[in-house]
Amino acid sequence: MKAAPFEYHRPDSVADATALLAELGDDAKAIAGGQSLVPMLAMRLSIFEHLVDIGRLDEMKGVERRDGHLWVGGGTTEAAVEHHPEVAVDVPLLARSTPLIGHLQIRNRGTVGGSVAHADPAAEYPAVVLALDAELEATSAAGRRVIAARDFFTGLWTTALGPAELLTGIRFPVWDGRSGFAVRELTRRHGDFAIAGTALAVQLDGDDRVTRCGIGLFGLGSTPTRATVAEQSVSGRTPTEISAEEVGQLAVADLEDVPHDLNGSASYRKRVGAAMVERAWQAAIAEASGR
Amino acid sequence: MNTDATTSVEVSLTINGQPVTGRVEPRRTLADFLREDRNLTGTHLGCEHGVCGACTVLLDGDAVRSCLVFAVQADGTDVTTVEGIASADGRLSEVQEALRANHGLQCGFCTPGFVLTITALLRDNPDPTDQEIREGLSGNICRCTGYQGIIAAVRQAADPSS
Repeated sequence: MKAAPFEYHRPDSVADATALLAELGDDAKAIAGGQSLVPMLAMRLSIFEHLVDIGRLDEMKGVERRDGHLWVGGGTTEAAVEHHPEVAVDVPLLARSTPLIGHLQIRNRGTVGGSVAHADPAAEYPAVVLALDAELEATSAAGRRVIAARDFFTGLWTTALGPAELLTGIRFPVWDGRSGFAVRELTRRHGDFAIAGTALAVQLDGDDRVTRCGIGLFGLGSTPTRATVAEQSVSGRTPTEISAEEVGQLAVADLEDVPHDLNGSASYRKRVGAAMVERAWQAAIAEASGR
Repeated sequence: MNTDATTSVEVSLTINGQPVTGRVEPRRTLADFLREDRNLTGTHLGCEHGVCGACTVLLDGDAVRSCLVFAVQADGTDVTTVEGIASADGRLSEVQEALRANHGLQCGFCTPGFVLTITALLRDNPDPTDQEIREGLSGNICRCTGYQGIIAAVRQAADPSS
């Protein structure tokens, strides 16, 4: 369980880090908290000749309210997000998903950008980012571009991020008004990756009609996904017209590449996923309705 | 890959209050640096991939898994291991004493990780609920005790009069 040899680099700025990544190419990998990368290196599932340590770049850290969204630096630790009062108020879905990630020792090192860029299909943050239509800031030596969450997760552990790009920040839309948020997941043990789960956000107007709904699913495919059909089915309707069970069923109905392993078959995962969406829907609606 | 090209680098950090300087291969984990290079074998390695929690140390005060941190990443930091928990005269800390009094250990392999985790937990939350204790300890695995003694020890360390 020892990593293969590599060269270590610790640039002092995002500009230096991206220049270095561009120069070193595919042989290099950025490391921040390393809570996914170090085990992969230790088990030699991944081997890189160069690691570029971005864990101390303060310009990638912090939480700030910026024109209508909450900016969270990619290098911000999960523990910092967990205890940040503005995150709890402005992006409750992000705050509520955080205690479900690993354990406190993991969250003290692991970063928001690292989790999203690692793009584990069973992880919480990628589904949160998707459900809220967050925008991802990708920075390279050539400049900065913004990627919509919907376009970010391209395959198993694969994203739209280039090898010389860093996920320097995430812009989370702040949902105001009558909104409700819930994360539900089933795990074998606290802190494990989920067998199936959902991050769900819903907003009601003054007449109790659903004006916005984002349902992110995790553990239910090769990437985190949006339950688009279920979202469309609730749009414009009032909660009394909607059966939570039906939302759950619709959310998993058209899933195609549901994983199957020792923790459960694909059909079991879909049933669990439907139940998680059903429960999250009930909780989020109760919150949005002020109940 | 040309492994000979990987040069060792210098690291300077504080371990249990003592300034320490050493040269390490970048792939050396902090856990191996503590155990192999500093002879601080109180930090135990169970799984070496971030599952068991036995290697938990405090890095600038935060409980972290030292098998998931490379020593070079800890350059310039302040590390506390189990060797730095008891007082210089050997008197156990309140957490250690509570673990002893409540049969919070049997074989002792996981204990150093628990001591550091509990120390950080109670510093940040001096009066945890049972649920908070269980969540706080969820990253540390014990194969002997069944955890009840460990949880009782956390309660006692939080409130020594109990």
